[in-house]
Amino acid sequence: MNSLIPLLVAAPLAGAALLLLGGRALDRFGHWIATALAALSFAFGLALFADMLGRDAEHRAVTEQLYSWIPVDGFQADVAFQLDQLSITFVLLITGVGTLIHLYSVGYMAHDERRRRFFAYLNLFLAAMLVLVLADNYLLLYVGWEGVGLASFLLIGFWQHKPSAATAAKKAFIVNRVGDMGLSIAIMLMFVEFGSFAFQPVFATAGDASEGKLTAIGLMLLLAACGKSAQVPLQSWLGDAMEGPTPVSALIHAATMVTAGVYLIVRSGAIFNLAPDAQTAVVVVGAVTLLFGAVVGCAKDDIKKALAGSTMSQIGYMIMAAGLGPIGYAFAIMHLVTHGFFKAGMFLGAGSVMHGMNDEVNMRHYGGLRKYMPVTFATFGLGYLAIIGFPGLSGFFSKDKIIEAAFAKGGTEGWILGLCALLGAAVTAFYMTRVMVLTFFGEKRWQPDAEGNDPHPHESPKSMTVPMVVLAFGSVFAGGLFVYGNSFLHWLEPVTGHAEGDSPLSPWTVTGLATACMLAGAALAWQMYGRSPVPVKPPVGSLLTRAARRDLLQDDFNHAVLVRPGTALAATLVWFDSRGLDGFVNGLAAAIGGISARLRRIQTGYVRTYALSMFGGTLVLVASTLLMRSV
Amino acid sequence: MSYLLSATCAVPAAGAVLTAALPAGTTEARRRTTKTVALAVSVLTLGLAAAVAASFEPGGARYQLTESHSWIRSFGISFSLGADGIGTALVLLTAVLVPLVMLAGWHDATGPVSGSAAGSVPEGSFESKRRTQAFFALILAVEAMVLVSFLATDVFVFYVFFEAMLIPMYFLIGGFGDRAGGPDSDRQRSYAAVKFLLYNLLGGLVMLAAVIGLYVVAADQGQATFSLTALTDAISSGKLVIDPNAQRALFLGFFFAFAVKAPMWPLHTWLPNAMGESTAGTAVLITAVVDKVGTFAMLRFCLGLFPDASKTFAPVIMVLALVGIVYGALVAIGQKDIKRLVAYASISHFGFIILGVFAMTSQGQSGATLYMVNHGISTAAWMLVAGFLISRRGSRLIADYGGVQKVAPVLAGTFLIGGLATLSLPGMAPFVSEFLVLVGTFSRYPAIGVVATFGIVLAALYALLLYQRTMTGPVKAGVEGVKDLKARELAVVAPLVALTLLLGVYPKPLTDMVNPAVNDTLSQVHRTDPAPAHPVAATNGGEQK
Repeated sequence: MNSLIPLLVAAPLAGAALLLLGGRALDRFGHWIATALAALSFAFGLALFADMLGRDAEHRAVTEQLYSWIPVDGFQADVAFQLDQLSITFVLLITGVGTLIHLYSVGYMAHDERRRRFFAYLNLFLAAMLVLVLADNYLLLYVGWEGVGLASFLLIGFWQHKPSAATAAKKAFIVNRVGDMGLSIAIMLMFVEFGSFAFQPVFATAGDASEGKLTAIGLMLLLAACGKSAQVPLQSWLGDAMEGPTPVSALIHAATMVTAGVYLIVRSGAIFNLAPDAQTAVVVVGAVTLLFGAVVGCAKDDIKKALAGSTMSQIGYMIMAAGLGPIGYAFAIMHLVTHGFFKAGMFLGAGSVMHGMNDEVNMRHYGGLRKYMPVTFATFGLGYLAIIGFPGLSGFFSKDKIIEAAFAKGGTEGWILGLCALLGAAVTAFYMTRVMVLTFFGEKRWQPDAEGNDPHPHESPKSMTVPMVVLAFGSVFAGGLFVYGNSFLHWLEPVTGHAEGDSPLSPWTVTGLATACMLAGAALAWQMYGRSPVPVKPPVGSLLTRAARRDLLQDDFNHAVLVRPGTALAATLVWFDSRGLDGFVNGLAAAIGGISARLRRIQTGYVRTYALSMFGGTLVLVASTLLMRSV
Repeated sequence: MSYLLSATCAVPAAGAVLTAALPAGTTEARRRTTKTVALAVSVLTLGLAAAVAASFEPGGARYQLTESHSWIRSFGISFSLGADGIGTALVLLTAVLVPLVMLAGWHDATGPVSGSAAGSVPEGSFESKRRTQAFFALILAVEAMVLVSFLATDVFVFYVFFEAMLIPMYFLIGGFGDRAGGPDSDRQRSYAAVKFLLYNLLGGLVMLAAVIGLYVVAADQGQATFSLTALTDAISSGKLVIDPNAQRALFLGFFFAFAVKAPMWPLHTWLPNAMGESTAGTAVLITAVVDKVGTFAMLRFCLGLFPDASKTFAPVIMVLALVGIVYGALVAIGQKDIKRLVAYASISHFGFIILGVFAMTSQGQSGATLYMVNHGISTAAWMLVAGFLISRRGSRLIADYGGVQKVAPVLAGTFLIGGLATLSLPGMAPFVSEFLVLVGTFSRYPAIGVVATFGIVLAALYALLLYQRTMTGPVKAGVEGVKDLKARELAVVAPLVALTLLLGVYPKPLTDMVNPAVNDTLSQVHRTDPAPAHPVAATNGGEQK
């Protein structure tokens, strides 16, 4: 059975290779090959899951050693996979949602002349993401980590004839590289400390290391997580990443890749548990980002960018939960899975709306679409109810658990985190209601395009709506299923461990408060956007609104602090290299030239002069040799 | 005594003479004959190099297939060759790259001038009818000399060939450009060639003094020989003790020459000119093959002959290498010329190689050796595709390009792969070597290791900026007519891409070959790897295979 594990990765990898090398011959049906291979990988995942369920909790983790990758003295990196409860959860999410989004893309990308390449990249993404979650050591994880970064780069920039898409792709890669530096240094620290960077040995030995070293490793892992999961201060790439085709936003920039940082922290729990300072840094990053993303989400008129702000914010919740330690690990992953359903579903819904609206993304040009796109409306609506935490739906359970865990941290810290989480819940309800109302309710506000044609909004084809319906089911039921009998917690507990914590508030109080916050946020949004006509031109807005529209000035900050000084430094060095260093060399050459011009006068052409100088030279050589020997 | 090594070196040398002697290239058919002969010779050399690698036993003696032919007996000079793991890896690299460089530069000596500005030059109007012969003979001559340098186990023989390769390189740089440099290009090219020659001659002269000095010191203690193995044995057994001051002076003499050749910051300024003005193939010969002799020689000669001085100077050299990594990358970011950008990227990479050599850990040095191979392959891919692009548009300026992926997707795709390899994407060969170098450096010099890690962000910047500016966006005027890669060009790029991927996922054959030689070098300098603070239990997990 374990031999299926490499096949999980091999199936989509083979698809990517086939589609990229296969040439135009595969244009007509290549997308079906890719979709079939994604589904095959999902089937393998299900088989492995069933197999795992058949064993008791202690014997569920298995490893599959493939080969020795980089053998150098004292340095052992293997290509080896580890499948346990945590990784199979990801495998099912990645391949399951991945297959649905492949299917959706068949319809969405039907008219794109480079569709074959798009599916090749999607397959490549699946393979890399599976390596990321299946690796049994940090260096192989790194391969998946940058592999998904590559797929993300290729897919954000898929329409690379658009300069904005190409810029966004490069930006995502560079910002992620800053995070990857953290992963590199973390691995190096582990190697110096433990002589290994494989999960099991490192986790087993972590207790021997000093807290300072573990804190350093933890902070470096956090830096990596910030890059991949778009957490403050490395959040700036995610909004721009919406330049990619919408299925990409759903799969990579909502459901799977961006949650890799959460995986990294939960997976490294054994290190973080021993490094409380690093954990504090994690919760601070999570709490700050959950509010940051939510505020940005409130101000965006572009439906995808509003959802991107929301993704950032929801991952902030997960990161915060992961930073709480054993109180929160399982709930971080639970929210990750439910979020995978409802956010992917909503992105697909947004794609469906754009599909029906001539690729219009400005919500101020939508309005009243529920009548024209009933399936999209229903599925998006269920995702909406799930994310705001409407009682009974997925997000209600999973977010509630995180808020409870935040309070359970105890002390002042617990109160601060809990209140941040509650405030976040209110803001989430506000911006999501705003998206819902602007898109599906109110008067129609769309305008004829440049040629004067009405957009004629229409429902999308079956290949697109079916995945949306499936995801909507997940959005509704997954949460309830997971908390029923605490099944999800018990499932992950052998890997992540669990602690109850010490909450000053009873669970019912927290639930009541969260629901009240949600209702208040939603009501305010309804008041602002549902009960009065929405202007097609955005109002000037307050200072905060204007800042939030500019992503709270993240790019202005990066430009002022990094890009401009960096560009100036590069320019200065270019100048220095050609004028300074090379100028020195050329000056030297000119000086020598001048001297030799004078020396040339010695070259009289008379043999006797040369003979004399040769004789002199020989004398000097002999004398110096003798001198050296006598020393 | 086996003659395999001398045959490996002699075949390209003889091929160079043969190619030069073929009838002048007055017709296309004759030129094709010349090129085919040269290519066949280089492929035969590759076969011999493969035979060397195949008969090399990783578990055996450090130098294998050794042979020695007496040359200048009175000075203890013999033409002796021997293959160790490090040398063999670089012999393979050279033998793989030369046929590809020839194929890539198939028309560089004769083909019509590309680009709208220059127009096509009528048949027979070249300076010489023997240009084709000269171009291919010079490449083979360089190959032969480089191979001897990687295999020589005699210090004097190494010196002679280390210096002699300057001559064919000088003519390759000065005589054959990419015709994309504008009206001033002839003057620029001869400036670049002379600069290359002077820089390296200066380094070579200093080294010559040190080579003679070494002989004098050794002869003084009854070891009148240039044999590398005899000298290193005498040094490690204590029979030859070089006074610390003399050792430092001699070390610096050798190191200076190698640092110029590598080139290491701040001795690098000849490289951008040489790579920018020559053909893309010549640029690859410079950066991927000839320069490797410099870093290779640091590892073999500096560390082997002057272990104590190497340790003394290591921290200073590490800092210079670190400056080179960051400086090269930043200057690359600011370049306007595609080929100069690649050259500065190489300078940054040479910093990594030197870092790995002087960190004196097994990861660092195995990583540095792998880095030499991987940088050769990946930069060859990147540079040659850039060359194909430049030959189509007739310009080296980044600003003249844009939207190439729209008109030539395969060219753009392979260019991206070259760029991704250059930025050391995991899964590709350069990642393995770069990470080994970083980890090997970090374990002894944590601060230097951390700063060097910034190099990975900067590398992503210059590689992806170049891709973005040339390949994406709307199609720029002048780019519409750019054709996609031809079969010959694909045949050049495909093996390089395949090797980059293969050595990224399965570098074991190479590491197995290199590791013993690295261990031997480390024992010569009496260095052992720093032990982990809290080693994981040996029985834990499957990592102790």
